[in-house]
Amino acid sequence: MAGNDHGDDHHHDDEHGLSGMALKVKALESLLIDKGYIDPAALDRLIEIYEKNIGPRNGASVVARAWRDPAFKAWLLADATAAIASMGFAGRQGEHMVALENTETVHNMVVCTLCSCYPWPVLGLPPVWYKSAPYRSRAVIDPRGVLAEFGVTLPKSTTVRLWDSTAEIRYLVIPLRPQNTEHLSDDRLAALVTRDSMIGTGLALSPDTAP
Amino acid sequence: MNGVHDMGGTAGFGPISPQSDEPVFHEHWERRVFALTLAMGAARKWNIDTSRHARETVPPVQYLSSSYYQLWFAGLRKLLSAAGLVGEDELASGTSLRPPTAVTPLKPEDVASVLARGTPYARPSSAPARFRLGEQVRARNIHVEGHTRLPRYVRGRRGEIVRVHGTFVFPDSNAHGRGEDPQWLYTVAFTAAELWGETDNAIVNLDLWEPYLEGA
Repeated sequence: MAGNDHGDDHHHDDEHGLSGMALKVKALESLLIDKGYIDPAALDRLIEIYEKNIGPRNGASVVARAWRDPAFKAWLLADATAAIASMGFAGRQGEHMVALENTETVHNMVVCTLCSCYPWPVLGLPPVWYKSAPYRSRAVIDPRGVLAEFGVTLPKSTTVRLWDSTAEIRYLVIPLRPQNTEHLSDDRLAALVTRDSMIGTGLALSPDTAP
Repeated sequence: MNGVHDMGGTAGFGPISPQSDEPVFHEHWERRVFALTLAMGAARKWNIDTSRHARETVPPVQYLSSSYYQLWFAGLRKLLSAAGLVGEDELASGTSLRPPTAVTPLKPEDVASVLARGTPYARPSSAPARFRLGEQVRARNIHVEGHTRLPRYVRGRRGEIVRVHGTFVFPDSNAHGRGEDPQWLYTVAFTAAELWGETDNAIVNLDLWEPYLEGA
């Protein structure tokens, strides 16, 4: 199989416009349905859940609540799995959660150098860059250079703490709460929490610049 | 294994190029590969460590030139074949040539609960932890031929235990049908100076199982 599963996707479109990969995947799905191993309606359901229900808005609501509610934040830092589950986010690729709090002196950033480990229940499926070689290779050796590519420059005195997700522990960064947000509701706060700020490659938005 | 998947600290891959407003999937076939992988995983003919190993043993040139879901597709074919669920001839022809193995397909009405349940990897401890919080340890300089989660860039390096997580399924064993063999799992903090010889004040934390560590 080696060498036959990639590389030719842009050269063999059939008359319906399906790429080489699309045809191969379709063939495998048909085979597995023939075998009785797969119910295609279950595939549709899986896709629907990860496209519509599970995504970074989940994590943003966790962070917003942690910003506003000190007791919840304390629980989140002590037992993230339980605190996050209490908001309805649990399960696959979030079975063992740890929350990391950014402060004025510590900035946390998460990577998976070996594959693509990512906290699905709170952030959804990872973006392409998170799973790709440039980020996986450089985050641990050049975190400030990587942050600069995301437009983030931290003071020299800030310690960058990288978390390489080598086991089944999944990490959620609690970004620094922006200034002048004391009056905001949970929903308005959550709108400031970007996906990248919960990975650690970004900062939370300022209420003055947020859309 | 010392494979190309073990990327920490390597160079030459270029800029990170994040895409703004990125969709969850870029192509329709990516949706199907993702869902096929999860649905077949629910049959429990393999585990997460087996599937990671299937992907990291894709030949290096192919690994590096594949997109993420191309790798998942290659991995899924290997897993299906290795588990005896389909033959290589069936994969090649796309046609079922033999009666199936008994597999109960994942039902659409069960998907949400299967995902919500997840697969916890913590296990009861049968022995006390060898290392304690704050202790100095060294990542062993070992080169496991099969699956391992000890990246090359920390081997031989000294770090500090900063979290003790309890005992967890040990991937080096679980990936190869040798059972779960639960082992203590720690977060070990390494300074950038220890890993890279730099004076940047960064700290790199990794989750490492006890057999990866020795006293320092």
